[in-house]
Amino acid sequence: MDLRLLFAIWCGKLTVRLSRAMGGGGSTVPGRVALAIDPLVIRKLAYQCRRGAILVTGTNGKTTTSKMVSDILRRARYRVVHNRSGANLIYGVAAAFVQAANVFGRIRADYALVEVDEGTVRKVVDQLPLKAVLVTNFFRDQLDRFGELDHTVQLVSEGLSRAPYDALIALNADDPLVAGLGPGRPQRILYYGIEDSHYASPISEQSREIKPCQACGATLKYDSFFYAHLGRYRCPSCGQTRPTPTVSVQQVALRGVEGSDMILRTDTGDFKVNITFPGLYNVYNALAAAAVTHGLGIPDHTVATGLAKSAGSFGRMEVIRVDGKRVLLALVKNPAGIDAVIRTVLEDRRARHMVIAINDKFADGTDISWLWDGDFERLSASDHPPESVITSGIRAADMAVRLKYSGYPARRITIKNSLDDALQEGLARIDHGETLYFLPTYTAMLEVREIIRRRGYTRHFWRV
Amino acid sequence: MAGGLAVRIAHLYPDLMNLYGDRGNVIAIYRRCQWHGLAPELLRITLDEKVDFRDFDILFVGGGQDKEQKQICMDFTKVKGAALSDAVEDGVVLLAICGGYQLLGKYYRTGTGEEIPGIGLLDAWTEAGRKRLIGNVVISSDLVRVGSDHTVVGFENHSGKTFLGKGLRPLGRVLLGFGNNGEDGMEGAVYRNCIGTYLHGSLLPKNPALTDYLIGASLRRRYGEAQLKPLDDTIESIAHEAAIHRARQPVGR
Repeated sequence: MDLRLLFAIWCGKLTVRLSRAMGGGGSTVPGRVALAIDPLVIRKLAYQCRRGAILVTGTNGKTTTSKMVSDILRRARYRVVHNRSGANLIYGVAAAFVQAANVFGRIRADYALVEVDEGTVRKVVDQLPLKAVLVTNFFRDQLDRFGELDHTVQLVSEGLSRAPYDALIALNADDPLVAGLGPGRPQRILYYGIEDSHYASPISEQSREIKPCQACGATLKYDSFFYAHLGRYRCPSCGQTRPTPTVSVQQVALRGVEGSDMILRTDTGDFKVNITFPGLYNVYNALAAAAVTHGLGIPDHTVATGLAKSAGSFGRMEVIRVDGKRVLLALVKNPAGIDAVIRTVLEDRRARHMVIAINDKFADGTDISWLWDGDFERLSASDHPPESVITSGIRAADMAVRLKYSGYPARRITIKNSLDDALQEGLARIDHGETLYFLPTYTAMLEVREIIRRRGYTRHFWRV
Repeated sequence: MAGGLAVRIAHLYPDLMNLYGDRGNVIAIYRRCQWHGLAPELLRITLDEKVDFRDFDILFVGGGQDKEQKQICMDFTKVKGAALSDAVEDGVVLLAICGGYQLLGKYYRTGTGEEIPGIGLLDAWTEAGRKRLIGNVVISSDLVRVGSDHTVVGFENHSGKTFLGKGLRPLGRVLLGFGNNGEDGMEGAVYRNCIGTYLHGSLLPKNPALTDYLIGASLRRRYGEAQLKPLDDTIESIAHEAAIHRARQPVGR
């Protein structure tokens, strides 16, 4: 009997209760407590998972992709321990295991599904019985936290070097920074990518997104872009090209807020998948989830039904019903993410009013200059820009300035620092049956969900 | 806009040096030129392009990651350095942020003591620091005045510590934050119409008086005089004040 482990679990569980009683979500503090008592708590519990662990990392799409992976695994009748709700630092991981363990220190699960940000990969890699690692994409995100992008890629690369040789590594072929992690590794590498060029454009929205070749440093040439620096590329200098994906999207049709239809191809055949998540970036998330589960031997039809049944995860993109109106909450945290959300808003030609709520607390990133890298010009120059935008949060005025300089008419911008006021004003502007697009940063999202809960709307929660 | 005075803007290394929303500065210059009834023209200039910068009115260079900064360092000193110095001596407006600012100085001394040369346009030098200087900044600068207010606001994130030679003027005195080096209370540098600074955020959109100062200086050089009518800066002023308020609070809370 491991008394240290038991004590760590008991104290962790007690902290969950205390923290919930005091109104907190209990997603990291219990992990801190448990790790302080037993630093090996993750390792001891993770190694009890019968089939091993799956690690998901990358800048954008971790939470949604993990949710999809989890839904596919459950569809295949596996039991999954998963650190949900986006608390993906090491404490969040520990907290998830502590909560899943029983008071005797046992975990009954087949898979541990662990999503961590790029900086945490190295810290957990040795503590998990790794079967697979999935890397989604690399974008610039909160530079004040990880330093620079090259450094971020380096952190993940070092983590992968410590993964066991029999683990599967699933990499995004369309992101040269991710695909560049593949060559020369002893592990089994599985690439995934989009082959349908219907939504590709010949030019990048912003030239700044072109990345240097990971092998030789020369500037990459692109035949087409999906978004940001994701696309079909090749290096004119060393000849490195986008790897041919094993799991790919052969055809895709976006249906706006309703979701997307696609045809996936694996080495066992083609099959149709419908997802209820909107936007091309969620097509990537579904593709990534399909790739890693396919690589673990889950049959194609189970992958398809798992994805079809998967539903929105904690505020990444979810719809809340409020008195016959709808609020679509879409988390924004970096330029690539906000570009993807802007695209999705514009796909809905009925979208008339928006709220953008920008906080600059630690969890949001204290430096808000990333707003200037977001493609708000696309929103303003659209043939159907929103009729009005309310900016909110601590840096509401900065957001208003950004919109004004993107060419959006200043008289259609309202600044309301209070999120409660912004939500009420936004709801007042839309009619019954309409959708208010609400784009908060992380802490603003937590705040607005709390406002919604206090107002008693949570019971009518409706997920995309 | 047609028929307005032309303003030629060059964005240097937009593909390599755009670390912290630096393009916001170019957007601000471009938009305000339009709103002032001028005819701005924007050119992107990158590695290996040899240009006579005296043909331009406003030049901008931002900050980059270490790898990219090394790439442009060669280009800066070997290909463009002399032309940049000539242009600044000729009165062309140059705004350089963070990494760009460091490269205008004499050298950057790394943690291992290696000296990476700059173009020496500014009598300044930079030394690698151990601690990153991060946070909201407010400075007081003689270059701008709105009523009796001389404040310029921004966000800094740098580990290099820059020191100015005796004859070189700072952009301003630090009221809140660290500035050039966190020691002497100075931020940025001004030489003729060239400004180097660590402030991003982006810098210019929230400091419209500074943007207009730069546009005005470029007009005076090319056309002899500049009368910029005041614009409606209500939103910019709110953001400016909010940034000062935020700089007084603890970071991240």
